[in-house]
Amino acid sequence: MAHAYTPGLKVTTNIKLRKERRLPLKGDVIVKIGDKVSADDIVARTELPGDVETLNLAGKLGVMPNELKQFMKKNEGDPILKGEIIAESSGFFGLFKNQIESPIKGTIETVSDITGQLILRAPPTPVEIDAYMDGEVVDIIENEGVVIESKVTFVQGIFGIGGEAQGIIEPIVHNPKDVVEAAIINESHRGKVLIGGSYVTKEAIETAVKVGATGIVVGGIDDAVLKEFLGYEIGVAITGNEDKGITLIITEGFGKMNMSPAAFRLLTHHKGDHASINGATQIRAGVLRPEVIVPLEASTKTHKTKDYSKGVEEGETVRIIREPYFGIIGKVTELPPDLEVIETESRVRILKVKTEDGKILTIPRANVEIIEA
Amino acid sequence: MEKERELNRILATDCGSTTTKAILIEKKDGEYRLIVRGEAPTTVEAPFEDVTRGVLNSVREVEELTGRELLEGEKLIYPAKGNRGIDIYVSTSSAGGGLQMMVAGVVKEMTAESAARAALGAGAIVMDVIATNDRRRPHKRIELIRDLRPDMILLSGGIDGGTVSHVVELSETIKAADPKPRFGTGFELPVIFAGNVDAREAVKERLDKITALSIVDNLRPILERENLGPARDAIHDLFMEHVMAHAPGYKILMVWTDVPIMPTPGAVGALIQTIGEKQNINVMGVDIGGATTDIFSVFDGNFNRTVSANLGMSYSVSNVLTEAGMDNVLRWVPFSLDKNDLGNRVRNKMIRPTTVPMSLKELKLEQGIAREALRLALVQHKGMAVGLKGVQQERTISDAFEQTASGATLVNMMDLDLIVGSGGTLSHAPRRAQASLMLIDAFQPEGITRLAVDSIFMMPHLGVLSSVHEKAATEVFDKDCLIRLGTCIAPVGIAPLGKEALEIKMNGDVIKVNSGDMKLIPLDEGEKPRAVIKPSKYFDIGEGRGKEVEATLRGGVVGIIIDCRGRPLVLPTNDAERFERLNRWNKALSIYPDVKEE
Repeated sequence: MAHAYTPGLKVTTNIKLRKERRLPLKGDVIVKIGDKVSADDIVARTELPGDVETLNLAGKLGVMPNELKQFMKKNEGDPILKGEIIAESSGFFGLFKNQIESPIKGTIETVSDITGQLILRAPPTPVEIDAYMDGEVVDIIENEGVVIESKVTFVQGIFGIGGEAQGIIEPIVHNPKDVVEAAIINESHRGKVLIGGSYVTKEAIETAVKVGATGIVVGGIDDAVLKEFLGYEIGVAITGNEDKGITLIITEGFGKMNMSPAAFRLLTHHKGDHASINGATQIRAGVLRPEVIVPLEASTKTHKTKDYSKGVEEGETVRIIREPYFGIIGKVTELPPDLEVIETESRVRILKVKTEDGKILTIPRANVEIIEA
Repeated sequence: MEKERELNRILATDCGSTTTKAILIEKKDGEYRLIVRGEAPTTVEAPFEDVTRGVLNSVREVEELTGRELLEGEKLIYPAKGNRGIDIYVSTSSAGGGLQMMVAGVVKEMTAESAARAALGAGAIVMDVIATNDRRRPHKRIELIRDLRPDMILLSGGIDGGTVSHVVELSETIKAADPKPRFGTGFELPVIFAGNVDAREAVKERLDKITALSIVDNLRPILERENLGPARDAIHDLFMEHVMAHAPGYKILMVWTDVPIMPTPGAVGALIQTIGEKQNINVMGVDIGGATTDIFSVFDGNFNRTVSANLGMSYSVSNVLTEAGMDNVLRWVPFSLDKNDLGNRVRNKMIRPTTVPMSLKELKLEQGIAREALRLALVQHKGMAVGLKGVQQERTISDAFEQTASGATLVNMMDLDLIVGSGGTLSHAPRRAQASLMLIDAFQPEGITRLAVDSIFMMPHLGVLSSVHEKAATEVFDKDCLIRLGTCIAPVGIAPLGKEALEIKMNGDVIKVNSGDMKLIPLDEGEKPRAVIKPSKYFDIGEGRGKEVEATLRGGVVGIIIDCRGRPLVLPTNDAERFERLNRWNKALSIYPDVKEE
């Protein structure tokens, strides 16, 4: 394969970012191209079909399914209120009527003359989507959603939990090596996106939830801490729907890992700024990484980002992403074209990395990622 | 199958979720051989959104590597003449997450299970099974169908002449869910009805207008018999017409291929089935991928396939740890490792799935995890590859001593003749002996079992080719696809450590192995000596305890592995003792390079 490397995570001072905001089902778009929107402005809405309730009507009335229709007081498609009579059997001489009431408000969807089942549908649930980040509507996806564009500072994490949220950026450590402990989190952190260093403890996450912090962005977390906090183990990396009262974004990986200096610098620089964050992660087809977005003034000049699609080059800064050197950052000094035999006896394409303390390491190309800046 | 036509050059591709692999096969001196393999990234997703780009790139790589001219612009050249052109082009596909189905049947253990087998056999991932006795409330079933958004639904239920109302109830559930396919909003979801003939009209009335309904023969016409063929064929047809046709670029690819595109696992299954039938053997194929592990088996002519959707070595590696538990993974690791460290390492592999082990310790850990993924996948396979449940069994007096309930597993490791491993962890293990031992530890074959791996993962290509040209497919499979590792001899039983377990007379030599030991006898590929294997009184090699067996053993790149650790294999719980044993076995089979562990 031509590109045997992992494309790195973006840590960008200012880029033009586009976000698609799509409804789960077709509906109405309520903004137009050129509109300036704030993160919490509603841009589209629709209605999800209501839940379904089944009722064994023939059984309840004590009649055969094919006789059911003659006892119906309401027909397919009719709206119905909770407690309203749906069907009624006449009983003896008009006495002892057996009346069946609707258990929900909604509509009668179907009456089956084979199974004797009645299907009722509850009223639809309205669904709205917001703009998620401040910006401008640059495209409309007819009946489905919009595309918002904005100049932003953009930092991607490697893994996260919890969905979209907004808050004010608040660094709570001084150094990317620092650990986030419960003692440094307090009531003033309500509504804030807390920027940490290398690690976060379980007690710190719990305290952050208690004081109402919006999110925590930190270099590493222990697998065991995450498991205790969530109450279950993460099996497959598809996250974003956790409802734990906070969005957690891990920038480097599992274990104690210093946040990359570039990400730490950038996030602390934006202290006090409004940010949109999302912990949703999906690592299979259609990769989705967690993110921190800080909208900038529209007049801010954007940097041209380097095209990393050609792969890693000499002189590039990379991070090693596999044991025994996980987390070490260095510069690529050599990219030998031929396959080489490594300690495992596998023949792989490698590169040489000079670490910050001057050591030269030979690493499979698959085990580094470019630090995109 | 059409009459096998004269083919001189065959092009086959497999469009996987990440890579499109092309192989070129040519007929030389009367036999079909693999010439070369080319690959390119799959281009189903943005920014390309056209599968044919990846196909063309992989074919261009084949052209470059062979000097053959196969394309004129973007068109395949027909027929093969000299260095130009091909005679046939076939393809498989698992791009876009493969074929994801839901199945429904009246009784979970009967028609619903048969429906699941039909879907799995056709190469689908079964997202969920709905049955009238699944203990879910009706609205929960409806929510499930709506939330999972399958590519297709297979509805079965009722033997012919049996229940109608339960089947209709299921169709009403589907109707109420008003399911929408994953791809192509605005299209109707394909639903196959393969249930009671008497329910056809009622099902049609309910589903015909809102879904793309196909009606085929009942997959369980009577309790005692499954008839999965028509449902499987319908799944393949609808996969092409409805699912693939909406994936980017497939409309064009479908025109290019000379036979319908098959789902990748369906093609592998077809090949395993052909091998079982042709060689009249019991065979098991396993493909351990990044996200899923598939197992295919043929026992006494019965074909079964299972897919363990969340057991894999990269995207799903975390789930292997979750399902197996840390202790089960660590029992294969010959050094101490803190559990928190293990958890972090595995989750780090999950979030950066393309990394490779670069130290020996990491390799040993990864191969330990692979053993657990394979073991769990086999447990699932054994649970699905079962005889029909609910069948009244006729018994004779002799059966009274060997009571087997209906629904017992068909997988009998003692009767298994061949295991074929596939997928990066097995096919690309640095030493072939590592692949052998992973298969042995995970599957614990019993008696005499041949082991092989797929050299470059071309079973999908050969599977779809076998549907049009069995000769070409089986010849290439035999000569170029299979790497014969050798034969495993594993007596069943448990004896005190150090007691004599087995004696083998072969090529004039007598080899003795004690209980608790493993031994490797190098024997080259192609060598087929006759051997007399005599187990001690504690062990059974197929004919009963202490009874000798005469058999032809097959060599391979590893050789003959004699595994006298006993069955079931039990590892010591004491760390030091376990490390000593694992290291001793690794040394006996020369599994890892001789590097001193810290």
